[in-house]
Amino acid sequence: MKPSPWRRLLPVLTGIVFLAIWYAVHFSLSTEERYLLPRPDAILQAFRDESAVLGSATVNTALGALSGFVAAIVISGACALLLSLSPLIRASLYPFLMMLQMTPIIVLAPILILWSGPGFLSVTIITFLICFFPLVVNTTQGLISTDRNLVDLFTMARASRRQEILLLRLPSALPYFFTGLRIAATLAPIGAIVGDLYAGNSAGGRGGLGFQTIIYSSQFKMPALFATAFAGCALGFIFVGAVVALQWRLLHRWHDSYHRTDT
Amino acid sequence: MSSPPPIVTFQRASKRYGDGLLIIDDLTLTAQPGDFISLIGPSGCGKSTLLKLISGLSTLSSGSLHINGLAPEQAARELAYVFQEPTLLPWLTVGKNVELLMRLDGSTPSERAAIRDRVLSLVRLDGLADRYPRQLSGGQKMRVSIARALSRSPRILLLDEPFGALDEMTRDHLNEELLAIREQEAWTAFFVTHSVAEAVFLSNRIVIMAAGPGRIHEEIRVDFPYPRTAETRQSPAYQQLVARVSRVLRSVEEVCV
Repeated sequence: MKPSPWRRLLPVLTGIVFLAIWYAVHFSLSTEERYLLPRPDAILQAFRDESAVLGSATVNTALGALSGFVAAIVISGACALLLSLSPLIRASLYPFLMMLQMTPIIVLAPILILWSGPGFLSVTIITFLICFFPLVVNTTQGLISTDRNLVDLFTMARASRRQEILLLRLPSALPYFFTGLRIAATLAPIGAIVGDLYAGNSAGGRGGLGFQTIIYSSQFKMPALFATAFAGCALGFIFVGAVVALQWRLLHRWHDSYHRTDT
Repeated sequence: MSSPPPIVTFQRASKRYGDGLLIIDDLTLTAQPGDFISLIGPSGCGKSTLLKLISGLSTLSSGSLHINGLAPEQAARELAYVFQEPTLLPWLTVGKNVELLMRLDGSTPSERAAIRDRVLSLVRLDGLADRYPRQLSGGQKMRVSIARALSRSPRILLLDEPFGALDEMTRDHLNEELLAIREQEAWTAFFVTHSVAEAVFLSNRIVIMAAGPGRIHEEIRVDFPYPRTAETRQSPAYQQLVARVSRVLRSVEEVCV
């Protein structure tokens, strides 16, 4: 069933109400305090004024997020395959994966900067660390949750290990993988911005949104700071949108989640 | 005239799980080529375990099992298994699902296509090769599962309650279709079921098993000639045999409770 036009309009109406409240709060503040919450049109103006700097910073953050995200997909995929091989391997490695997840990135960042220097590589590594855990946990779960009867079918047919992984376990794990991928896609730009905040620099014009945040904040450029936040948010939408599109491309023909109203 | 050598032979076979639980105890059973053997009995009597032993998915703890003179692990090419659920790969089309076992065996695409079309026609699913399993009814899914099993041209077909989840009318239709297919494909069948009527309709031998541990309680021969049709179910002889098997089964279940 298609959503009604009114339902489609709901987010727009909510946005209009939100903007109205924003303006109301802005004008309720004293003149001296108004810089704390710039007007939406002032933020738009900041977008225009800082478009060259913000554009370049957004691209740099996107590149850092993308490289960390892709590295996390590749390495978590390999790790998940390894973890799916045996409960003993999982028991041996899971505590250390948990450690990786539990260690605050804020503490790791200075160590990484000392190891690999400030800049793109450190941003990529920090993004990778943030994206890795949800991907490896979900993909492993998918690989070990294959329907027992299907595994028996492959065993009975004397399928090779390679056939079982390629033709059965990997496709069967796709929905789980995408659950992790969607989480990682929301985290990737955040990871890149946080990484950039700690490890970014503008050498060679490579500063990202995190680095730009430090600059704008030191200059008390509140509209530009808000514009930076919205640019980061837009980047998140692009990442998640790309994942949702890929998920639809690969799953919509057969996965039940796309066909709940069919039955 | 001497009878042909048995295609499946269990000799004093026992199966014990890792925790020591005895599932099958001292079972001896032979199947002749062309037999349609239904295994019926209370839950836990080892019916499905017998199929798993024949298929090589499980191994005997003691005794012996030979399939066409071979150990089960050497006889994989002789067998095909139809599970209780259709067990289709949801991301593959009907055609690709039917081709799956041939693909695992290393057949070429052209070989696969020819056999796929033939077996889909056998199960009356021509024209549905490009559909996905989610687009099929329960009965159609089970037909695809049977077509996939037949694609290997097996000498032995193992069916583990394949129609148990279907409504009675669909089940009756599929029973008739299964026998019609068997007229064209001469396989030996081991058929696990909880339905006495189904067992009597399909089989030439009904093996009634008892539980705790699993063993053969009684074997009943079904001598109605093939082909059997919907009319077979109306005959007094059929209904008397259903009543007789039910009585034996009830006595087995009472002992087990």
